[in-house]
Amino acid sequence: MCGSVTLPSSVAHGAKRSDALARIGLNGRSGPGLLRRLLGAVDDTVDDALERLLGERFDDRLARVPLTLGTSGVDPFGLDPQWAKYALVTIAMLHRKYFRADVFGIENVPRGRVLLVANHAGQIPIDGLLIGAAMFMDAEPPRIIRAMVEKWAVGLPFVSLAFTRVGQVVGVPENAKRLLSQGEALLVFPEGARGIAKTYNRRYKLAEFGLGFMRMAIETNTPIVPIAIVGAEEQYISVANIESLARILRMPAFPIVPQLLVPGGQFPLPTKYRMWFGEPMRFGGDPDDDDAVMDEKVWLVRQTIQSMLNRGLKERKHVFW
Amino acid sequence: MVESAAFPSPGPRSGTARVAGSVKATSTPGAVVVTGICGRLGKQLARVLHRERRVVGVDRRPFPDKPKDIDHAQVDIRRTKLKDVFRTGDVAAVVHLGVMHDPRASASEHHSWNVAGFGKLLEYVAQFQVPKLVVLSSANVYGPQPQNPQFLTEESPLLGGQNFSDIRDLVEVDMLAQSFFWKLPETETVILRPVHILGTVHNAPSNFLRRNPVLTVMGFDPMTQVIHEADVVAAIELALSPGIRGIFNLAGSEPVPLSCLIKILGRQKLSVPYSVAKVALSRLWSLRLTTFPAPELDHIRYVCMVDDRRARQVLGFAPSKSLDETALAVDEGRW
Repeated sequence: MCGSVTLPSSVAHGAKRSDALARIGLNGRSGPGLLRRLLGAVDDTVDDALERLLGERFDDRLARVPLTLGTSGVDPFGLDPQWAKYALVTIAMLHRKYFRADVFGIENVPRGRVLLVANHAGQIPIDGLLIGAAMFMDAEPPRIIRAMVEKWAVGLPFVSLAFTRVGQVVGVPENAKRLLSQGEALLVFPEGARGIAKTYNRRYKLAEFGLGFMRMAIETNTPIVPIAIVGAEEQYISVANIESLARILRMPAFPIVPQLLVPGGQFPLPTKYRMWFGEPMRFGGDPDDDDAVMDEKVWLVRQTIQSMLNRGLKERKHVFW
Repeated sequence: MVESAAFPSPGPRSGTARVAGSVKATSTPGAVVVTGICGRLGKQLARVLHRERRVVGVDRRPFPDKPKDIDHAQVDIRRTKLKDVFRTGDVAAVVHLGVMHDPRASASEHHSWNVAGFGKLLEYVAQFQVPKLVVLSSANVYGPQPQNPQFLTEESPLLGGQNFSDIRDLVEVDMLAQSFFWKLPETETVILRPVHILGTVHNAPSNFLRRNPVLTVMGFDPMTQVIHEADVVAAIELALSPGIRGIFNLAGSEPVPLSCLIKILGRQKLSVPYSVAKVALSRLWSLRLTTFPAPELDHIRYVCMVDDRRARQVLGFAPSKSLDETALAVDEGRW
């Protein structure tokens, strides 16, 4: 057990707040009394804010999340729910207040292992965060979703650590298979960097889908829930993507976003997000079939998301409300 | 050199030296040759094994406080004298612990000891048709990489030498042992790849955690697996049982973040940005002020964890020591 963070599994979810802070490195125990009180106050504020946003205490909600935590309070992939709490307070704010997301059909997400397949847009993956928020805040039972992180992000200090602690894993098939066999919900953006770096003129036109997620779904017999997100494309308006520069800088994309030059434009525009969760789709067959065979199955998922998107766009009255 | 001895012609000598198959080994077990017996792990293994079986130690270091019934041959494994150990006794098994990982030793010494020496040992195992060979490799042969899956299986590529050339010969030892699977299928070859071994042993991870403060790389806190030395000894014992062959990853108790281990030990953390740590360590290294080679920083940045399902299912291995016991073991027996 991990020093001060002794967490018998039965009370793991009711961890004391000082432990939570100690866990994320703000160790107030050794500091002066004032610092300790200050950290305590910060923690109370976080708890109160979350309680208001969630409608119940964070720990009560967390207790219903199916998790496999070790005695140290961390799961084998490095997810630490007490870290996730601090991430969640920000994400919950974005979800409820900033982007005022509307979530439809989240009851379609089955229990147990599931692949969440969504369209990807908006230059930075806020769509991923908000799906995570929706699955924790709006789904019943609440889930902490897993997403796959680009390999290059794993080499970045702090970023990789934060990703790991909130449950994100390196994007390799072995990890996906293992997570699904544990019964986790895995978020996939089959468009990848092609999708997120779309320029404004190609908004809501799905880019090409990778085939890997379909092979994974068939191999592990996992249902796919298609998700359409409307609102992400307008948060950062990209007029061009300079691929040669991206290659030189070894980045997935190099978008030109004029709003970044305007003071305050560094923040994403407060568009209204709408998320539709479709009915689960199940596929059979041989996971090692030819690409042509896979393409047909992937096309079905892609088409489902595209038509959900089209319907959503038609219903939408305004980008910002 | 292994090739030449891989398929010895069945002569009268092999008839006498041969120690029956697996069935006989259980009833009248022959000697177990343990290389590197004078290391801390070797001594522990010897103390456990000698109660049930005849143990012959091979090490160029002396073994002053050895139990009386253990024979110790103080020879360099690269010398032909090693052959006498095989010639005289009915050798039922060879446990190879004598892998050198001393980053201060010269590259040629390292290579000749680890690769040529092990090659010699394999030659005799083949020539005298020893029915069991257990090689203690390490999970470090997979190497810590940012793109590693969280749990590496035994089939994962051995990329340990990719960024740290000094461990290439350890990878080579593992490969040599693997080639033995098909070169000499009659010998039951077992390769054990334990994660970081903690305890009274003087290996890199134990020494690393003995320091105070413990060095960490700022912004990284990888999930880590550690195993208690006594559990490794138990796994070697299991590997010696007849019928067991193949490669097994050994993981100890549950995986935890590195910071958690440091906290259990009650140590302070010294977080240094990677670039600073790298430059500082290489300077200190060239001045011979540290035993921590800069490329090994990857071990405290990236994951290198193993999937030990095969060891649990086939070998019947289960760690007996808890996480706390394992971590605190590095402070035991210090003087």
